[in-house]
Amino acid sequence: MHIAIIGNGISGVTAARFIRKMSDHRITMISAETDYFFSRTALMYIYMGHMRFEDTQPYEPWFWKKNRIDLLKGYVEKIDTDNKELHFRENLSSLKYDKLIIATGSKSNKFGWPGQDLKNVGGLYSYQDLEAMEAASADGINRAIIVGGGLIGIEMAEMFHTRHIPVTFLVRENSYWNNILPAEESQMVNRHIREHGFDLKLETELKEIVDDGTGKVKAVVTNKGETIECKYVGLTAGVSPNIDFLKDSNIETKRGVLVNEYLETNVSDVYAIGDCSEHRNPVEGRRPIEAIWYTGRMMGETLAHTICQQKTKYDPGVWFNSAKFLDIEYQVYGDVQAKMPENYQAIYWEHRDGRKSIRIIYEKDTKVIKGFNLMGVRYRHEVCEKWLKEKTNIETVLKDLSLANFDPEFYKEYEAEVLAIYNQQNGTNLQLKKKRSWNQVFTFLSS
Amino acid sequence: MHFLEKIGITLLIIAFTFFTLSLGLGSYQLTEDSLKISNEYHKKEVLSVAEETGLLNQEYDSRPAFITDFKNVLKASTKNLEAKAADGLPEGVNEWDFKMGDWTYKDYTMYTVKHSTTGMVANNPFLFLLLTFILGAIGVIIHSIPKFMGIAGIKNNHIYQSAMTRGLTLSVRSIMLTATIFGVLVYGIFYLKGNFMWSLITLVVMALITYLVFVKENEKEPDHNPPKSASPDALGWLGLVTGIYLIGFYILLYWSPAYITNWMLITDPVSKMLSGNEASQWFVYGFLYTIVMLVMGLRMIGKYRHNQYQILRTISVIFFQTVFAFTLPEILVRLNYPYYDFKNIWPLNYTFFFDWNLNQLIDSGGLGIFMLVWGIVLVIIGVPLITYFFGKRWYCSWVCGCGGLAETLGDPYRQLSDKSLRAWKFERYIIHGVLVFAVVMTALVLYSYFTGSSNVLFLNSDTVRSWYGFLIGSAFAGVVGTGFYPLMGNRTWCRFGCPLAAYLGLVQRFKSRFRITTNGGQCISCGNCSTYCEMGIDVRAYAQKGQNIVRSSCVGCGVCAAVCPRGVLRLENGSADISSRTTELKTIHITEDQIKLLS
Repeated sequence: MHIAIIGNGISGVTAARFIRKMSDHRITMISAETDYFFSRTALMYIYMGHMRFEDTQPYEPWFWKKNRIDLLKGYVEKIDTDNKELHFRENLSSLKYDKLIIATGSKSNKFGWPGQDLKNVGGLYSYQDLEAMEAASADGINRAIIVGGGLIGIEMAEMFHTRHIPVTFLVRENSYWNNILPAEESQMVNRHIREHGFDLKLETELKEIVDDGTGKVKAVVTNKGETIECKYVGLTAGVSPNIDFLKDSNIETKRGVLVNEYLETNVSDVYAIGDCSEHRNPVEGRRPIEAIWYTGRMMGETLAHTICQQKTKYDPGVWFNSAKFLDIEYQVYGDVQAKMPENYQAIYWEHRDGRKSIRIIYEKDTKVIKGFNLMGVRYRHEVCEKWLKEKTNIETVLKDLSLANFDPEFYKEYEAEVLAIYNQQNGTNLQLKKKRSWNQVFTFLSS
Repeated sequence: MHFLEKIGITLLIIAFTFFTLSLGLGSYQLTEDSLKISNEYHKKEVLSVAEETGLLNQEYDSRPAFITDFKNVLKASTKNLEAKAADGLPEGVNEWDFKMGDWTYKDYTMYTVKHSTTGMVANNPFLFLLLTFILGAIGVIIHSIPKFMGIAGIKNNHIYQSAMTRGLTLSVRSIMLTATIFGVLVYGIFYLKGNFMWSLITLVVMALITYLVFVKENEKEPDHNPPKSASPDALGWLGLVTGIYLIGFYILLYWSPAYITNWMLITDPVSKMLSGNEASQWFVYGFLYTIVMLVMGLRMIGKYRHNQYQILRTISVIFFQTVFAFTLPEILVRLNYPYYDFKNIWPLNYTFFFDWNLNQLIDSGGLGIFMLVWGIVLVIIGVPLITYFFGKRWYCSWVCGCGGLAETLGDPYRQLSDKSLRAWKFERYIIHGVLVFAVVMTALVLYSYFTGSSNVLFLNSDTVRSWYGFLIGSAFAGVVGTGFYPLMGNRTWCRFGCPLAAYLGLVQRFKSRFRITTNGGQCISCGNCSTYCEMGIDVRAYAQKGQNIVRSSCVGCGVCAAVCPRGVLRLENGSADISSRTTELKTIHITEDQIKLLS
């Protein structure tokens, strides 16, 4: 059987790897972006000089040969699902497949701003985006405008910052990423952005990008009528599925490629995974499109099982995510919402330096643990996940909270302070029961 | 660049200029006083030959000319003494107390040149101490101040954009490596006085290892710039220049100390203060080493000032270097005890079982015996036991001097380690090869010690040990070990050569509570961990599978965990799962149980 995978990102690569683990099917992975899989979350580090492009590639070239995963560089222009054939934009002969996996990821959102297609205007998603940023930087950038207060925006701001390029950050909301982060954490990031010297303009939207007469950007105009001169505009107001090439195919799409819980599309033997897929019936509490690294990887792994005769439903399990806002690491486990539901209660601890915080959320009536939100403190995924899955009582969690701490050795531990807040809120006198140690964690996880 | 960094660099360059130029300052005149030969027969003969040839009291401006002429005098004296010995030794005098072997030349020349030097440096050691060591240290400290300012966090900006830290392209790296290896092997023939056997054997062994890696294991890399080789697109020429300077420094230090006697003059006051003795090349080296670790350690602390693990670890290596490696041995010497570094463990300390060391320890009373027992207990019990509990990091990145220099001076170059599978294969053959060499060499030396016979089968234990000292002790640990910081990363010696690291590594791999755990599914495969692993471990390969990292080479520096932007890695000790530390694929995000089993 021949399995063709369009896209060599984390979703496609994970699918390919697991299919190879479980079968001898012929696998072809197609990409127009790069020869080899690289971690796009690390694009920023190349620009900042932390890493070379090669360092973002998790596998050496021999890996693909050894695992018999054929790599094909090309852009699929048309999918003929009747004849099970792929047609390429380049002068490549068409490719027959038995099963097709669409894993083409995302593209940066553009909301029809005037001037959005000018030179030196772009997002940060693909390798080509990085090349464009490098080219613009080589020409000299007096100021960069970042549009959109999300995870990619803050990365782009940090990138320019390392090259001493002044950054103005336009955020539509009244606080950074406050549709996802609870208020205090969002405020913390605001402060952190400003202490790094970025010009953070909240409640400000892009209205127009001005041409300098040669097709390059000269300035932006905001909804407040302000004109800001700049030589680069970063469009980082989210991403959407990269599926334009499917327009004329039989594959049903909405915003993304529509899939059922088995990641199957409406056409048999065609599947979609990762950023580009849209779930018809998402798992409860989850969005139909989740453009994040981890869900892409899980979908790839799930689909590989289905393709290898172990039909498996996609179940992303307990929500988790992570990011880094300049110097502040962020981790989330479980149900942490910007606006906490009425029946939830939060314990929020913040460090004096204003760059660390721990938020633990539980259900008021049942006292069941609901979520963890960490800033500048690391918690152990498996431990938090187990508590959440098992609907553990908040007081049990708090007494054992040290088990979750994943900070390096000798770091100060703040679990006692978190516990003290709960005690104060509830008039209890709970004490930390366990010390942080691998043996304790191991015993807990295997219990 | 911050203005303080500019000031610091400027001061450092000035200090380096003085440091380098100071070697050429002065003139040289051999007098009866400046001839530093303690053996009376030798001194008398050399004096008379020097007088005959006109060397005595003649002033030289050129150091090489002076050294050449002096060496000729030594050679002539050897011949004369030989002839005289043939005519009959003086009553009751041992043959080799009378005859002058060529092994005496190095020290005779070095100390004589040192004392025959007059001029600026000789007259103003304090001034030059200030202009070189102290000014350089101040320069580094000033340069490091910005690391303590602003918001703490991982700041590896521009490392791959700087000509100082981005490393060598693969072709230049290969040229440097090949040139160094052949240079060492050719010089090795002279070192063993024309005995080319050992150079040849070394060459054959290296060819065999290369064959095993490239041909037998079929890993010939078609790509000229394999992704994990750490080689940049453009040559890091400043790093290359720095590397060549360091290599030159080590060559002079080990094999031509007569050319660096002015540095000894500069450090004489310090040495006399500590041990009461004048400075040798080893004092210069120890002094420089300690200062470098102090100031570069300060830089390290600034860089990782948000990270308690890095701070404590850095303080620890500085402490062990300053107290145990530098100060204590000098004080022991002052008190007429053997020079002894309590934390230097065989086989890294390869001279520990040499006859002269054993004899010296045994002859030094209770303390000497304690040192002897301490050294042996560390090897047999200390290393395995502590490594069982904490992994090899307790030594390699908390105590060891070589590791300490790598973690301080070498920190800017940690990203240059080659992470390719090919490099790992070389590593395993070479480091375990060195361990075997060290064990065999020591066994031969001990055999000779107890039997009094130098010859074991076809091997001469004196030659074997002198080849080990030359090839491993000097060329590998020094010239390549430190000289290659900017060329192949800061742990080149620790990773490829250190026999103690190999021993610690075997314990760590097979019987230890230490491992690096990964945080469930949080890895984004970005590669920061692998990039900044100084030991060239492809950490990401494990992290992205949710697998523990249990590798013999891991020195537990903790930098992978520090640079991880997602909080994925943690160094841990635990016995609960000691037999399954390496279990593959701990985290699978497919929840159906039967599938969990299949994976």
